[in-house]
Amino acid sequence: MKVIVDQNKCVASGQCVLSAPDVFDQREEDGIVVLLTEKPPDGLADDVRQAAALCPAQAIWVEEEEKKE
Amino acid sequence: MVIVGASAAGLTAAETLRRRGWNGELTLIGDESRLPYDRPPLSKQILTGAWEPERTTLRTLRDLDRLKADLRLGQRAVALDVPGRRVRLGGGESIGFDALVIATGVAPRRLPDSDLAGVHVLRTLDDAIALRAALLAGPRVVVVGAGFLGTEVAAAARVMGLEVTVAEPEPVPVRRPFGDRVGELVADLHRDHGTRLRCGVGVRRLRGAGGRVAGVELGDGTTLPADVVVLALGSTPATGWLSGSGLRLRDGVECDALCEAAPGIYAAGDVASWFNPHFGTRMRLEHRMNATEQAMAAVGNLLGGYTPFAPVPYFWTDQYDTRIQAYGIFPPDAEMRIVYGDPSDGHFAAAYGHHGRVVGVLGWNAPRQVRTLRRLVVDRAPWAAFAAAPALDPATVN
Repeated sequence: MKVIVDQNKCVASGQCVLSAPDVFDQREEDGIVVLLTEKPPDGLADDVRQAAALCPAQAIWVEEEEKKE
Repeated sequence: MVIVGASAAGLTAAETLRRRGWNGELTLIGDESRLPYDRPPLSKQILTGAWEPERTTLRTLRDLDRLKADLRLGQRAVALDVPGRRVRLGGGESIGFDALVIATGVAPRRLPDSDLAGVHVLRTLDDAIALRAALLAGPRVVVVGAGFLGTEVAAAARVMGLEVTVAEPEPVPVRRPFGDRVGELVADLHRDHGTRLRCGVGVRRLRGAGGRVAGVELGDGTTLPADVVVLALGSTPATGWLSGSGLRLRDGVECDALCEAAPGIYAAGDVASWFNPHFGTRMRLEHRMNATEQAMAAVGNLLGGYTPFAPVPYFWTDQYDTRIQAYGIFPPDAEMRIVYGDPSDGHFAAAYGHHGRVVGVLGWNAPRQVRTLRRLVVDRAPWAAFAAAPALDPATVN
């Protein structure tokens, strides 16, 4: 999967860090989201989807890769 | 499956059903004709013009197509037949269901004479667009009510350079959620930006002339002249269509800890009152985060789960350049203590104790710190030990 964040939409709630702390962080000065990795490992995929769903500013998108048969 | 309400909670319920692999028929009914949109920016970026209205749209048409739902936008549910398992729409049609999610939200309270021209409420995107258009004419603005919505609207209007007065019967703004001390800080914030506050005096009535609002008459007999009046008096759950259904409707749709109101009938979002086992109390939240979390929880239980919904609520408000974020609950008789930073620096965090436990934490321009402090609410940390400790070292909450 590929993760995209919109720092202009972000409201610094930190919900993404609570859901997936290895993928998201918050800027020190204002708490705006920082993406630690664009392509998180498969093991974190569910946490990232949860972060995207919960984000109260809807500032996280997940692009799923085509499933290989 | 039928979902009534197509805003944040209703949309999340639909998406969660699909994400959890439910492939059957799904109908999503919403009384607004717009595609589902996000409400928090309405009183912020939409009023100031920082965002175009389209930016609040939550999903593209393509996203909605992928839901494979019968999307009934611009259609209002008018009645619920619980034993017959049917929802009746305003046009007369009735739709059967096996399971139902109620997510109809809330409606703003009004005052008598609210139909005068120049009187606004703010709940929908259309409300926000209309209010922005009115603000662009450079009016004198009076906001009635200094809760989150009223203070955010006042800040937005003030940022636009308008003359703004806020009238509030409580002695300070946002007192009900946050108490006197934080309320006083919010009052200072507004005064520092040139917004006038008339706190501690109620509103007697709206005054009009020739069908237009002319001012707001206060309980002490004075009148605040106004060209635009914004009513931010709180909301009532949108349950009118459920009267006579047999569902318990005291403060919203009364649900159990699973968010179930009757067998196979669930509620989520602003309209739902439920028993939160984490705090041991019934609550109804008008928070953006809760709409998502509760819809996910309700659908999980609808699909056969048995997980009581026990969240630590999260909510926030943005006013001028200040962001206040909060986790937990803030009972009126809670004690409050600053645990990090200093209010005079405009950067601090506070904890709230109630019945011997930490029940809430608040951050004032302290997003990382308040996220860390949330743990105290999750763990129901003992208040006595906590309140006696010195303020936390910044290193421990970063």
